[in-house]
Amino acid sequence: MRWLRKNLVVVAGLLTLAYMILPNIVVMVFSFNKPAGRFNYAWREFSADAWRDPCGVADLCGSLALSLQLAAWATLGATVLGTMIAFALVRYRFRARGAVNSLIFLPMSMPEVVMAASLLTLFLNMGAELGFWTVLIAHIMFCLSFVVVAVKARVMSMDPRLEEAAKDLYAGPVQTFLRVTLPIAAPGIAAGALLAFALSFDDFIITNFNAGSTVTFPMFVWGSAQRGTPVQINVIGTAMFVIAVLVVVAGQVAAGRRRRTAQQ
Amino acid sequence: MTITDTPRASEAPAPEPPAVRTRGARKRLVPYWLLLPGILWLVVFFALPMVYQASTSVQTGSLEQGFQVTWHFATYWEAFTEYWPQFVRSLLYAGTATVLCLLLGYPLAYLIAFKAGRWRNLLLVLVVAPFFTSFLIRTLAWKTILADGGAVVGAMDALHVLDVTNWLGWTQGDRVLATPLAVVCGLTYNFLPFMILPLYTSLERIDGRLHEAAKDLYASPATTFRKVTFPLSMPGVVSGTLLTFIPASGDYVNAELLGSTDTKMVGNVIQSQFLRVLDYPTAAALSFILMAIVLIMVTVYIRRAGTEDLV
Repeated sequence: MRWLRKNLVVVAGLLTLAYMILPNIVVMVFSFNKPAGRFNYAWREFSADAWRDPCGVADLCGSLALSLQLAAWATLGATVLGTMIAFALVRYRFRARGAVNSLIFLPMSMPEVVMAASLLTLFLNMGAELGFWTVLIAHIMFCLSFVVVAVKARVMSMDPRLEEAAKDLYAGPVQTFLRVTLPIAAPGIAAGALLAFALSFDDFIITNFNAGSTVTFPMFVWGSAQRGTPVQINVIGTAMFVIAVLVVVAGQVAAGRRRRTAQQ
Repeated sequence: MTITDTPRASEAPAPEPPAVRTRGARKRLVPYWLLLPGILWLVVFFALPMVYQASTSVQTGSLEQGFQVTWHFATYWEAFTEYWPQFVRSLLYAGTATVLCLLLGYPLAYLIAFKAGRWRNLLLVLVVAPFFTSFLIRTLAWKTILADGGAVVGAMDALHVLDVTNWLGWTQGDRVLATPLAVVCGLTYNFLPFMILPLYTSLERIDGRLHEAAKDLYASPATTFRKVTFPLSMPGVVSGTLLTFIPASGDYVNAELLGSTDTKMVGNVIQSQFLRVLDYPTAAALSFILMAIVLIMVTVYIRRAGTEDLV
């Protein structure tokens, strides 16, 4: 009892962690299920059939490819535009700073449904055809703010004197930017890009409103809740999880190596 | 943090005045060129849609005849009186989920910030790990976890928790799925990482020596937490609760997948009005009312909690 009192925070924290990880474990376990009906909610028997044939369901892998494409382009667009804004905000004083800051902050402080609905009214009024392009426009729009925040944090902690030094050593503006500014800002830009990719790939509400008949991976999962959930969805979910964990582990190992070599 | 244009000694004096002037002007224009594309994007695809939505909300008409602006403000009143239960439910569910996120998230954030030692990085990765699988798949997984006759429902029944939740109206009979409890559980689960990360950041900034100082001054652990730790973590609490409450108030995924017709939230109504019923004015009005409510609540909350540096 005394031990519990002393370690109450640890126990509570680990319980919360269990609550957060539980669905991921369920997704993994049920990727090896052989469900009785159309829905994969109840355990019946072990089978690895879905793993042997991950694209065996119509349209599933097509929607996955589409989501990856969308996320790649949205990341590129949002990262370029957001990085430019971040540099302007940190490095320069100009009029309308407050207005710009508000415009960056507002999309993050609004329920997604509101943005989704208003974008749809715009597209309907313009007579735009809903599909890949309308979704891409929407994704770049809502990923932008997050990139600005991530890059801004990094640029704020950068020492402008390093660029001054580069200029004093006769580096032109382009050279200074490519060889000094960009490498130092890279971690912030990478963090922003990664966030944009994750947000775009997993976005549902804004996509649901503005995709028309185009089906991204989250929309496929949403539709499957009505039609029947193939085990392959769990296979792809598990594969995504494993790949992401491997990327993180590799990153950690690389960072550790870099630190060790720096110490030597 | 700004670079001022200091004339450097290494620069040769400019040959003619006009060239200097244009260069100075060009330098002043740099931030505007940097801002232009991104801000234009936000103006056209974020601000302008809001204007269109405002005009849509005061239109009347039908799909066949088209919609005309008739300044029909009654739509707002009609929409609100018809759907006020969904509004109340949205704020109630989102509020409950936010409080639960705070209660569940705080110990974990505290643990990672102060007690994790060399496990810190691993725990942080585990907090972000759920994001590695699409959130719709994870929300569907709750259908399995809370399934009728499943382990969770069985345990709740055995411990007589179900009797309590039934009495409160959170569950019905021996079911958890398709009840308010399931929806709140899903909302809490979905937005928990958004609570934990800002909490962790603000807790981690606290100087450990402050805790020692409190101890030296004979504060019990509980007093230390109440007088030192919690007040100092307030910025994290504010941004965490906002990052949880705002998306939860407009969410319709959890209510659709884990709830029933009796647990519909405003998001569900907006979605069906827009995509199925095609009653655009009502949908636009509802969406505006939701935006207004959220913005007012957030503004009041930030004023009360008294932090301005959220981003």
